This record gives sequence, C-alpha cells and structure tokens, in this order.
Amino acid sequence: MSRDFWRAFANNYGAVIGLALLLAVVLMAAFADVIYPRSPWSMVTTPFQPPLSDDVLLGSDTLGRDIAAGIVHGSRVSLLIGLTSSAVALFIGVTLGALAGYFGGWVDDAIMRFTELFQTIPNFVLAVVLVAIFTPSIGSLVAAIAIVSWPPLARLARGEFLSLRSREFVLAAVTTGQSTTRIILREILPNSLSPIIVAASLTVATAILLESALSFLGLGDPNMMSWGYMIGASRTVIRQAWWMSFFPGIAILITVLAINLVGEGLNDALNPKLARKGRGR
Amino acid sequence: MTTSEQAVLALRDLSVSLPPGGDRPLAVDQVTFSVAREEILCIVGESGSGKSMVAHAIMGLLPEPYVKVAGGSARLNGENLFTMSRARQRAVRGIGMGMIFQEPMTALNPLMRVGEQIEEALKLHSRLDSRGRRARVLELLQDVGLPNPGDLRRSYPFRLSGGQRQRVMIAIALALEPDLLIADEPTTALDVTTQKQILDLIRKVQTACGMGVIFITHDFGVVAEIATSVAVMQHGKCVEYGSADTVLNRPEHPYTRELIAAVPHYIEHREDFTPKGQALLKAEAVRKVFRVGSGFLRRGRELVAADNVSLSIHPGETVGVVGESGSGKSTLGRCIVGLHKADGGRIVFQGTDLVGLSRKRFRPFRKDVQMIFQDPYASLNPRYRVADIISQGPIAFGTPRKQAHARAEELLELVGLDPSAARRFPHEFSGGQRQRISIARALALDPKLLIADEPVSALDVSVQTQVLDLLDDIRHQLGLSMLFITHDLRVAAQVCDTIAVMQTGRIVELGSCRDVFSRPQHEYTRTLLDAIPGQGWEIPKDLRHLRADRARRPRELSQ
Repeated sequence: MSRDFWRAFANNYGAVIGLALLLAVVLMAAFADVIYPRSPWSMVTTPFQPPLSDDVLLGSDTLGRDIAAGIVHGSRVSLLIGLTSSAVALFIGVTLGALAGYFGGWVDDAIMRFTELFQTIPNFVLAVVLVAIFTPSIGSLVAAIAIVSWPPLARLARGEFLSLRSREFVLAAVTTGQSTTRIILREILPNSLSPIIVAASLTVATAILLESALSFLGLGDPNMMSWGYMIGASRTVIRQAWWMSFFPGIAILITVLAINLVGEGLNDALNPKLARKGRGR
Repeated sequence: MTTSEQAVLALRDLSVSLPPGGDRPLAVDQVTFSVAREEILCIVGESGSGKSMVAHAIMGLLPEPYVKVAGGSARLNGENLFTMSRARQRAVRGIGMGMIFQEPMTALNPLMRVGEQIEEALKLHSRLDSRGRRARVLELLQDVGLPNPGDLRRSYPFRLSGGQRQRVMIAIALALEPDLLIADEPTTALDVTTQKQILDLIRKVQTACGMGVIFITHDFGVVAEIATSVAVMQHGKCVEYGSADTVLNRPEHPYTRELIAAVPHYIEHREDFTPKGQALLKAEAVRKVFRVGSGFLRRGRELVAADNVSLSIHPGETVGVVGESGSGKSTLGRCIVGLHKADGGRIVFQGTDLVGLSRKRFRPFRKDVQMIFQDPYASLNPRYRVADIISQGPIAFGTPRKQAHARAEELLELVGLDPSAARRFPHEFSGGQRQRISIARALALDPKLLIADEPVSALDVSVQTQVLDLLDDIRHQLGLSMLFITHDLRVAAQVCDTIAVMQTGRIVELGSCRDVFSRPQHEYTRTLLDAIPGQGWEIPKDLRHLRADRARRPRELSQ
C-alpha cells in the first residue's frame, strides 16, 4: 500500500518538485535563527539598497531592514498559520461533515444549513471582520482563517460519509454490534480519508494566501515578520524599489505553488482510479 | 454450423492484447468461429473470460491503444473489418452490424427523446427523408413490442422501465436491418420475467429479418433457450465450439462440463422439512414504508416496500424469499436484522418482539441474527486484515482479542480457506473467497439465524455453486436457520426448504419448495417459474454426479 503510494507519487514530477520546494521552505523556517540570527525587524543598513548590495543579498526596505532576513523569518508565520488553521478547519469540517453524513435526516439538515450560512458570506470579508474584532494576533489569525476555511471540508466529508454509510461493510459493522462512534471512526473515516487529505493540503495553500492578504491590509500579527506585511509596507514605493515587494511575492508564489503541486500529487497517488485514464476493463 | 462461404461473420484466429502488467498478455487468444444468417451463436464464459472483448473487437469498441487487436481477421460478408479504413468501418458498423448492451439504464442518452435516438442511425446511413424516418421509427417501436409507439417516440428514456429501454436499444440496433446483431449480456440486468420477453423478442426479430446473432451470456439456461450454436470461452481461449445440441447435452471439455454441472437447478432428492418445536422467528404483518424525497419542510412521497408480510422460520429451516427487483425482499431481511425499523407488525424472535426496540435493547439480539451481503467487493472493509474483519463482532461483544483471532482462523478453515488468510487484506482475494470471508464473519458470533441477501448473485456460476454448497453444508453442520433472499428461483430451489414468493411488497405464495415448484398456486409464481430460461433442457445425467461429488469436499474447492 505505502510502497505503491510512493511509486505513484514519485511518478508525478510536478509533485516531486513541489515536495522539494516545500521541504526547502520548511528548512528555511526551521533554521531561520541560524541563517539570520538577528531580528528581521532590526535596521541593518541604509534604506533602499538594491538587491546584491554588499551586506544585503535581496536589498533593504524603506527602513533599512534586510529583505532576505524578512523572507526567511516570514516563512515561519506563513507555515505556522497555514498548518494550524488548516488543522483546525479540518477538525471542525470533518467532525460536522461526518455527523451530517452519517446521521442524515434533521441532523444533516441543521448542519448543512449552518454550513451554508458560512458559505454565503465572502471568505475574505468575514476573515477581515473577525480579525478586526479580536485584534490582530497569531491566535486570532488562525481562528479567523480556520472559521472561513472549514465549510468546503465539511461538505466533502459529508459526501464521503453519505456514500460510505450505506456500503455493505458498514451495514455489516452495524449487524455485528459495533458502537456508532467506532463505526464512524474506524470503519468509515479511514475509507473517506484520501479525498479529505487532498482537499486539506489545498486548504493549507489558501490559508497562506489569506494570511498574506490579511497582513497586507495591516491585520497581521504586529510582532511577527510576514510576507504579506512586507508587500503591504512597500506597496507605496513599488515604482522606485520593486525588490521590496517582488521577493516576498515570489516567496508566497513558490510556497503556494509547491503545496498545490504536492496536493495534486497526493490526489493522483491516493485516488489512482481517477488519475489513470483510458484503461480497459 | 455452416461453412464460411455463407457466413455473415467469420472470425479467424482473433487475438486481442492487453496492456503490459495485466494478469495475462492476451485478453482473447486465437478465437475462431463463424455466424451464418438465421444462426444464434452463444458465447458463454465467466467474468474475465474475454467474451465481451470478442464482441468489442468486432464492433471496433476496444479502448485503444491500451487494448487492441493483435492478430487474426473478422470478415463481415467477406470484408475484413480490421484492415478496412476508418470511414468504411463506420459505414459497415452502422449498416452491417448492430449491438445491444448489458446495462439498458445507461445505454440511452438521457437528454434525447427515444425517437430521435432511433432516428440518428437512419439519418446517417439511410436515404430516407424525415417522413420516411418517422414512419420507420414507429414501425420499429411496434416491432419490438412497445405500447403506444406514437407517444413513446417523444418521451425521454427516464420514463421507461429497464425492459422497455432494452427494447428501444434493440429497435436502434435493428433500425438499419443489420446482417449481424451482437448482444452483450442483454438480459443480465433484467428481472426473469422481463428477460424472457426480451429473449422471445430477439428470437422473433432474428427469424423475421434472417439475421445472424452473437449472444454473449454467462447463463447456460439462456443458452439452452435460444442458441443454435455455442462457443465456450475460458481465459481468453475458445475451449469448445459446436452446435447447441452437442455442447449442451454431450459436452467434451472439462471446463464446459464443470460449467454445466454448476447450473443451479431444482433437486428432487431434498426431503421435505418438518418443523419441530417453536418457531425461531415469527414475522407478523410486517410493514415498512419509505419516504422518498422528503426533507426540510417537505413531506415527500410514500413508498410501501413491505406490506402485511408474515412468515415464520423454525430451527434448522431455510426459508427462501424470492421476488423480482423492487418486491421488498431485501427490505424484509433488513427489517429482521435491524438495519431498517419496521413501521408496523411484529417480528418475534424467541419470544421477544424486535420491532420498536431501542438500539441498546436490540443489541443482545445482534449476536443471534447475522447477515451475509450480496456484493463481496463492498461488504469487507478494505482497510482491515481478514482476521480483524471476522473478529470485529466477538470483540465488540467482549471476547478477548487473542481468542477472537484464534476463532477467526478456525472459521476460515470451516469456510474452506487457509487459516493464513487471516493475515491478509480483502483485496488479495477473489469474489468467491471474499464471500467465504463474509460468511465466516457472520458465523463468528455463533448466530441462530442467518439472513443471506442475494449471497451468490454477484458471483460466477461455478463459484456460485461452491458458495451455495458451503452455505448448505454449514447450515446443516451448525443447525442454523436461514432466510435466503434471491431473485433466482433456481438458486432458491437448491438450498431452501420453504419458499415465499414476494411481489410488490406482499407475499403472494408461501409453501414448501416442492409444492411451489410442482404445484404453484398463485398466478405470479407460475409466471416466474415459466420465465426460468432453458426449461426444455435437462442437465446431462452424468454431470449431476459431478455436482454431488464436489459438494462433499468443500475444502478443495477454494479457487
């Protein structure tokens, strides 16, 4: 099983490249303090230094802070928020979706109407409102992003549970006297996991984008350097000093692209029937 | 059989290759046969034998480039189908050949009116004007026995039943009066009574137009019903080819003999069951209503799946519930095992009424009533090892894990599998083996009553017999009672003591197996019995022994 999985995953070059890029970003986040021991907020050189200047590889910003240091430290915020908010969203979404799909009837109706309530409000606007109310901090950012990201996961989990619930192995579990919790957690959940994992990996990418957009608007955690903040802070001088917003932008692009590639690779590897085309019966 | 000069289709050494990495390099391996006008050639084989591949190769429907013709020729009226140009192929396919598929529910385009779909072929391949085409469509609909052709022409496929759709498919195939009709399991998805009508229809149009027909099936009953010649396929090879009379009554190849011996049939030697003591389970006036399309603030439509159903099962008795799709037979089984809540009536199991018991109060009875499901590919959780699947019940009821696993190995042996199977995953087993695992799981809780819901319908005939024999054997060995749900009267005849015939949610006839078969009382039972294909044919005497011998050693049968 797992060997087949890796073989299928490795067959997809895009996914392997994505995984390599993602690993680079993770290493960058892990060793940020080693690469740039000084705080990314400290002013190290003259402002407006272009890239490839003496002491700053990617130039300096309007206050003389090192852009490269900002990018390296910013990866921590992006990954931290991307992963935790997706984990929270995954937990809320799968729990609600599983309950709705398994029990059906009025439980399903109630949960799905609740989900639709969230889906009718534009994601970003809701996130902005939530962060503004709770004052910007890592915690409120994670909460806001999680709250706007769970509905699609809930719908997906519900669909999987709906179709698996009437499968014969689930009925067999009922007739052999398994408890409901056990049926949900041990019989259905493992079988519905592959599409959910794929969707969750893409949720991470969206969460990173959302965090960047919030920081761009000045709603990021004021104590942590973030890519979105860097672009936001330098947007007024973009014509004089392109590098200040260009490099953080590239960092976001590469990270999100890497996660999407990995997600697609997971999709191909976990759902081989959808990926392989034109095979005879 | 005919010589190739007058043959409509002559197939010579046809080979079809599979992509590398398949279970065999050739799906079809040097198959040779021919079909003449007014001949019905039946290709018989089990799943994976390559019988459909032959038809698809002739029709040019192979999923190229993965699967392609690797050699041989197919001459339609003397022209080789494999060497002609694409354009010529298309023309020939429309005019010279017609095809009917297995699944009538998906073979028609749901967005096009029935009439338009028939007209399509006429537009492409005939010179009729629109009035001529309409007249032809009406004529065709009339020919295939559809009521009210004028209205039907304008309706969409969803309004038609499976049988009616299959008739429309036949009308499409006949539209251009082809020389050859290929029917790929056209009746497998249909009920027996509808199957009979479709078989009659195919025979009728075949004589009327003087077509050659290739009829693909896995059912020797159907073969006996319509074939003039038979080709038996196994692992891509044609192992026996001859006239229907020869193959059916004097089969030579061991595989053919095995297949024919496996055809389910009524066995006269079974003695009548005499109930002793109290009934184990008594269902009284059970009623189940489904609400379709209901939801938030919507009431939906009511569908009565079981109405006033009463029957009793005595210790050691096997009661068969027979009926066509939608008759409510599965609903009844699921009500008894507690997967559905009955809306009315009583289901008394050893003195306790199960209807209306809460989930918690019902739980102790789960041990006593166990179920075997239809689809062996869907009934085992693919994520668990066989040992875990079998012992899930006992563990849920408090048996220590180790003990439950040891018991699982014993049970595997009982159902004719090697105990080492316990450590493997379901996907490593064939359909028949999976059904054995499913049976072992049901037995793990030492039930008193087994509900078997179409346990052999998804299996090939030869495997079907093995599983039926196993069920029968185990039932006697352990003294179990069984409710056996099936759509196939022949299968019911083989294992049941008592038979209940259901039609639209009601039991219309209930009696001993012998009585139901020899003296059917109800009109519907007679229709069902009458619809069993191949009644004029008796399985050759020497093959019946083969069958009896095999039943005695289930262990070696695990394929």
